[in-house]
Amino acid sequence: MSTDTVDSPHNGAASPNGAAPKIRAVAVGKTFPSSHGPVEALHNFSLDIYEGEFLSLVGPSGCGKSTFLRILAGLAEESSGQISIHREAKPSRPLSSMVFQEYAVFPWKTVAENVAFGLHMRGVSRSERSAIAADWIDRVGLRKFARHYPHQLSGGMRQRVGIARALANDPEILLMDEPLGALDAQTRTVLQEQLLELWQEGRKTVLYVTHSIEEAVLLGDRVVLMTAHPGTNKAEFDIPLDRPRSLKTTAEPEFARLSYAIWESLRDEVQRSIEEAE
Amino acid sequence: MSRTQNEDRHTAHKARLFRSLLVFAGLNLVVTLLGLWPALWWAMALGNFVLLVIMAEAAAPLVPGTRTHLYEQTLAVGFPVLLLLGWELLVAGGILSPDWFPPPTRIARALWELSTEQNPFTDTSLFGRPWLLPERVAADGAAGAAALAAESHLFATLMRVFLGFLIGTIPGLVLGVAMGLSRTIRTMIDATLSAFYVLPKIAIFPIMMLVFPNPFGEGPKIAVVAISAFFLVTINTMVGVRDIEPVLLEAGRNYGARGLRMFRHVVLPAALPVIFGGLRLALGTALIVIIAIEFVRSQTGVGFLTFYYWEILAPEKMYAGLVVVMMLGVGLTAGLTALERLVMPWRRDVKQKKGKR
Repeated sequence: MSTDTVDSPHNGAASPNGAAPKIRAVAVGKTFPSSHGPVEALHNFSLDIYEGEFLSLVGPSGCGKSTFLRILAGLAEESSGQISIHREAKPSRPLSSMVFQEYAVFPWKTVAENVAFGLHMRGVSRSERSAIAADWIDRVGLRKFARHYPHQLSGGMRQRVGIARALANDPEILLMDEPLGALDAQTRTVLQEQLLELWQEGRKTVLYVTHSIEEAVLLGDRVVLMTAHPGTNKAEFDIPLDRPRSLKTTAEPEFARLSYAIWESLRDEVQRSIEEAE
Repeated sequence: MSRTQNEDRHTAHKARLFRSLLVFAGLNLVVTLLGLWPALWWAMALGNFVLLVIMAEAAAPLVPGTRTHLYEQTLAVGFPVLLLLGWELLVAGGILSPDWFPPPTRIARALWELSTEQNPFTDTSLFGRPWLLPERVAADGAAGAAALAAESHLFATLMRVFLGFLIGTIPGLVLGVAMGLSRTIRTMIDATLSAFYVLPKIAIFPIMMLVFPNPFGEGPKIAVVAISAFFLVTINTMVGVRDIEPVLLEAGRNYGARGLRMFRHVVLPAALPVIFGGLRLALGTALIVIIAIEFVRSQTGVGFLTFYYWEILAPEKMYAGLVVVMMLGVGLTAGLTALERLVMPWRRDVKQKKGKR
């Protein structure tokens, strides 16, 4: 129920069961060089993510939330701060898989090849990986399209391929970078519901970056807010809505109350980011 | 109500088509009867073209949707046929000189002669005598086949284009990928590459003649073709690799693709469409370069044949040579397109969608 604003998230947000966090990021900063001098994208940003938690990360455009995701994915390096990840003993499992926006699905691979891609790159045998891929294609409802190429699918179907590609890879952490951002509102709603179902089955640790406050509240156990550029911690909200959730959850008064509270907190930052852009 | 409107529109289109047909027929009849063709043939060619466009535009809305493709095919094939017909008529009417512009029928006959008859002096022909191949191979083996191939001008040109293209393309692909991936290599080489790119490749033919032990042999010719292809392929491959959507590379990396696997599964397929654009340009340029070289410094090849018949004033055979060059270009490009479809199965029906527009 608490919607407390915190300066340092580790003080306020203890683990639900007292365990050590899966990922602990402390005072992470990222500076990009540019021709106008260094640009600070991320400043003193701290975050704990617990095992099995669905964490939504929300902030205005250009606040560095994608940058943070890329650092966790190993696609970029932090300029300062520390990130410690509590890894599983099983070395064959990849640490993280990322769901990008829908155009990151490989156009030259069929749906089945796309979904099996991570397994293929990790050297899983052909028969094993095609069995795993077929299972996930089934689960996202694309069985009839396994041999299709992405351009033959709609945007929503393409993104389901992107989600299946990540889940088939069975990572310890699922990173999602505004996966539904490029889709139209109705397709987006349908995919949010599917995502809830898929997550309910596996309860994987998820870090979900989004622009949409409603999406963050509907999906997340916790919503972390970031300030405008350079991004740092703004506030944090627990989302105590009952699981399993569905679209019906959005009709609950608590959902509306939380969404509005988050918006209140974020409004100044959005204003600031708009003014900076001008 | 809308139905009557549609019917009205339909009648209006028909009337327009009829009117333009009438103007077309009337104009041509009057000019012919008055004997004004020699004086006005340029203006008439232009006027008839404009009238044709108007007629085709008027006919287009009358074509049912299912037949649109057929209608467009008719336009695409019909127009060049009309051009040839016009040419034939202008020569028959004594307006164009048959010495400089032999009519298409005579060019066609010359092409037939070129294909079937041996030149008595050089003992060569356009195709050579491929029907003797089994006999010669049985008698002398590979040497027999080579001797027979030497009789064919088409084979000579094809071999030069093929070898030059291959020799130039492979290093071009390697360097292009390296430049696309590595900023360092790109920064070092880009300026030099641009400087060489603008140099007309035919201008380095004399240098190649000095470099090779036999200046009149195949070496210098193939080398110039290879160099022309090399630059085009390098530049296009570099652009193709450099312009890959970064998110695709990130996805590849995040899912564990590294080194050769990254190249094979992500970089290469992502860059292939642009690379094929480069290959197509390179193939066209290779043909241009080899014909030019054969004009000036060769005793074999389609280019030589064309220029030879100009020198001995046999214009219809010279034109026949040009037709062969055109068919060569169309044929080779079609081959490349087939290869493209084979290598990039995911782009097959993308193309078709665009084609229908």
